[in-house]
Amino acid sequence: MINISDSATKLNSLNRRMFIIATAKIIILGGIVSRLFFLQVKENKKYLTLSDKNRIREWKLPPIRGEFKDYFGNTIAGNFEAYQLHIIPEEVEDFRYVIYRVKELLELTDRQFKRILKKKDEIKPWETLIVSDNLSWEKFSKINNHLYDLNGVKPVISISRDYPYKENFTHVLGYVSQANENDLLTNENIKEKFVPGLKVGKTGLEKSFEQKLIGSNSVERYEVNAYGRRISQLAFQTGDKGETIRLTVDTKIQELTNELLKEKAGSICVMDIYTGAIVAMHSSPSFDPNSFVFGISQDEWQLISNNPMKPLVNKSLSGNYSPGSTIKPIVALSALENEIINPDFTVQCKGHKNPLELYGQTYHCWKKEGHGFVNLREAMKQSCDTYFYEVARRLGVDRLSVTAKKFGLGQKVFKDVFDNEKSGLVPNTEWKKNALGRNWVLGETIITGIGQGFIQTTPIQLCLMTAQIANGGYKIYPKIVANDDNQYADKFMPLYKKSRNIKIVQDAMFSSTNEVRGTSYRSRLDDPKYRFAGKTGTSQVKKMTEQDRELDLKTFEIPYEERDHALYVAFGPYKSPRYSLSIIIEHGGSGGTVAAPLAKELFKMIVDRHEIRKNYDNKKYLDI
Amino acid sequence: MYQYRRFNNKNGFFQKFGNLDYILLSCLLILGFISLATMYSTDGGEVLFHTRSHFIKFVVFFAMMLVISFINIKFWFSLGYLSYAVILGMLIWTINFGITASGSKRWIDLYFLNIQPSELMKIFIILCLAKYFHRMKSQHVNSFYSICFSLIIIFVPMSLVIIQPDLGTSLLIAISGIVVLWFAGLNHKYFFYSCLLSIISLPIIISFLKPYQKLRVLTFLNPDRDPLGAGYQIIQSKIAVGSGGFTGKGFLKGTQSYLEFLPEKHTDFIFTLFSEEFGFIGSVLLLLIYAIIIYRVIRIGALSRSYFAKLFCYSFGTSIFIYVIINMSMVLGLLPIVGSPLPIMSYGGSSMLATMIGFGIVMSAKTHSQQSIA
Repeated sequence: MINISDSATKLNSLNRRMFIIATAKIIILGGIVSRLFFLQVKENKKYLTLSDKNRIREWKLPPIRGEFKDYFGNTIAGNFEAYQLHIIPEEVEDFRYVIYRVKELLELTDRQFKRILKKKDEIKPWETLIVSDNLSWEKFSKINNHLYDLNGVKPVISISRDYPYKENFTHVLGYVSQANENDLLTNENIKEKFVPGLKVGKTGLEKSFEQKLIGSNSVERYEVNAYGRRISQLAFQTGDKGETIRLTVDTKIQELTNELLKEKAGSICVMDIYTGAIVAMHSSPSFDPNSFVFGISQDEWQLISNNPMKPLVNKSLSGNYSPGSTIKPIVALSALENEIINPDFTVQCKGHKNPLELYGQTYHCWKKEGHGFVNLREAMKQSCDTYFYEVARRLGVDRLSVTAKKFGLGQKVFKDVFDNEKSGLVPNTEWKKNALGRNWVLGETIITGIGQGFIQTTPIQLCLMTAQIANGGYKIYPKIVANDDNQYADKFMPLYKKSRNIKIVQDAMFSSTNEVRGTSYRSRLDDPKYRFAGKTGTSQVKKMTEQDRELDLKTFEIPYEERDHALYVAFGPYKSPRYSLSIIIEHGGSGGTVAAPLAKELFKMIVDRHEIRKNYDNKKYLDI
Repeated sequence: MYQYRRFNNKNGFFQKFGNLDYILLSCLLILGFISLATMYSTDGGEVLFHTRSHFIKFVVFFAMMLVISFINIKFWFSLGYLSYAVILGMLIWTINFGITASGSKRWIDLYFLNIQPSELMKIFIILCLAKYFHRMKSQHVNSFYSICFSLIIIFVPMSLVIIQPDLGTSLLIAISGIVVLWFAGLNHKYFFYSCLLSIISLPIIISFLKPYQKLRVLTFLNPDRDPLGAGYQIIQSKIAVGSGGFTGKGFLKGTQSYLEFLPEKHTDFIFTLFSEEFGFIGSVLLLLIYAIIIYRVIRIGALSRSYFAKLFCYSFGTSIFIYVIINMSMVLGLLPIVGSPLPIMSYGGSSMLATMIGFGIVMSAKTHSQQSIA
């Protein structure tokens, strides 16, 4: 038996301890409540965002790319609805059956089929598998007709790039294609907006204006579970289409340039001599940029990249050519400006038999019989080399290079707009010393006078040079985007010392085209409305030997690679000039016979189109 | 003789019925209802397996509790050692013939149901120790013999559970036992010294832990060291609770659980889901219900005549309190993750069975509060 007093002590101790525990319990309970308060009330915002981050996932859709329009608002790079076929593998009951059925319907080759299966293995079962990204309407409707049999297959209409004028604008616009790793690394904006299947500009304006064109993604917001499966759509945020960019080019003239350069390698540039607006700029041969949008086939790529005429090179901007005789207006102008000669300065050209001899080197005129006594105007008209040898000798290369650079040679015309533009080269004594480590020799000055030797220019530079002569010698900044509002302090700054000198050169160029014995006389337009002035050029690719001179071969008898480049620069209409152009045909032969006739065709259209262009401008002002 | 008979008459069926603690009963019913609603939510707003099974278990075991409460407390006193021995035998059986699930042998197959003896041990160790100390004179409580014997009673089932392996339950068993020792009047200094000793030996214990257990401790100290692996549970649990806010996201609207971010949402993490859907208010209310239950259990102990009933009620009430606190602290990121269910709320038959047996004995103590045990 437990005695009473012991039982009482035991109960006492028990109750005392219960009291201690009860106190402890209340404290601990308070701790738990305060922890709950801390998590749920004080830190609620933080955890609420974390929970939303958990459950809400955003899916970006490809943004709709901005368009390119020509001067008149015609779409030259637009968007079209591409028919695509998507499959979400987990929604398909019998994937094998469906994919074989699709293969059958689309007539896929085994290689394409294998690629699709490989792609399927790489993605999660609830992600979209793009079976085909550009179906023809026939195949698309065939799939639609068989949809009852193709559970889980989704025919989708998606927006994609379209170049309606095909090869006409390829080198101006460039092309778009699937964004690759390099694009993501170099462009922060692309990285931000990237979604599989995003097309980005690879060359040309498409690349330069990527920032403006790309637009912003539409965003689908979904609630997802812990495994990333979409449960429900919460919101759809429509993105903005990229900016539409209006260019200064005229599609009609651009098409004509393409027509004129068919089957030839070369370039035509047409420029407004006051605004600097590029009216046409074409490099030939060209290719269809539409082939790149969905990835070009291997065969087609081989065909383009192995073409000896180099379709991938934009010759207007990155073709470095010796300007040949087209440099002569600048040589003449420089000599006049530096008062080395006056227009009456005369040189006797004695032809092949009596070439100019300096330090054992001989310098021939192109004409066998020689030109006799020629002054500046005659020399320009007939493109007498001997005359310009002499002028260059007196002028010196340094003074020539100053004038040439002033008129836009030897530097990029568009600054940063095109990433593939070359700057050409205007040599001087200092350049040679620095670059080649040798001293300049007089002979090099002499051949520079007829645009041979080190001097290298791009077609667009020649066009700019001609424009600045044609507008009376004022500085202009070429532009290709219509509302390019860049203000330049030195725009329309005179580039001359005496404006009379510009007039003399203009007149000499006029004579070259419109007077008997002028080098491009046969390409003249007699109607004063269309009449233009120009200067031919024939740049040698290979040094001519005595033997060649004896043989005097016709162009077609020389191997293609060794034929001369034919050049022509011109401006018109002569009475009140408005446009300048430069034409170059690679390995075409002589400028007078190959390049100049194209100018005749062009000026007819350019002058006619000018009226339309002017009216278009005026009407637009009226609308405002 | 006459008095004894009258006394007996007083303990008739209706008398007992009137003596039930209706506040405790209604709190248990409310808790059962809440747990069913929460289970319904874990099933995604449908009556699926877990809800149905939980409902059946709750109803059956609640009825069982009522039956137990009509059985004289003396019967439970007499059953103290035997039930302990039976559960111990079941634990040994488990080691040899247990059902292996997720890497540990915890269940034995009783044909009609699978039972987890370690959960039952949490209650029956209290019963056993309460009986052991009931007869003991107060001066013997702190004797070497009795301390050794009671420690053996605790250590044997604890080690049997540890090797399953189930660290969480074995710790809870030990805590239940230690709670009884505390109430029995074991000297304060023993608790103090053993606390000190365990803190000192903590590094050594940690070095003996299994890699996954070590990871849990490290993760507790810094959940962000592996947010998708070991730290995932605790991070997601805290996000769920924290995002619930003051009033909660609403019934069946807990995104964390609905979208399957929550781990173990039926069992150990059920409070997380409840807290996400009902917020701070709901959680405090739930705590209040638990507090009332525990208060009633202790009050029953205080009003009981026998030392055994007092000891059992105090220890059981305190153990329930500790289970609740450990589960919530774990879910709220205050303790490392150990497997410990929330009594009644969590899904699990054995835990529910053990808890209900405990409440049944408490209720029996209430209906027989005037019963003295020799």
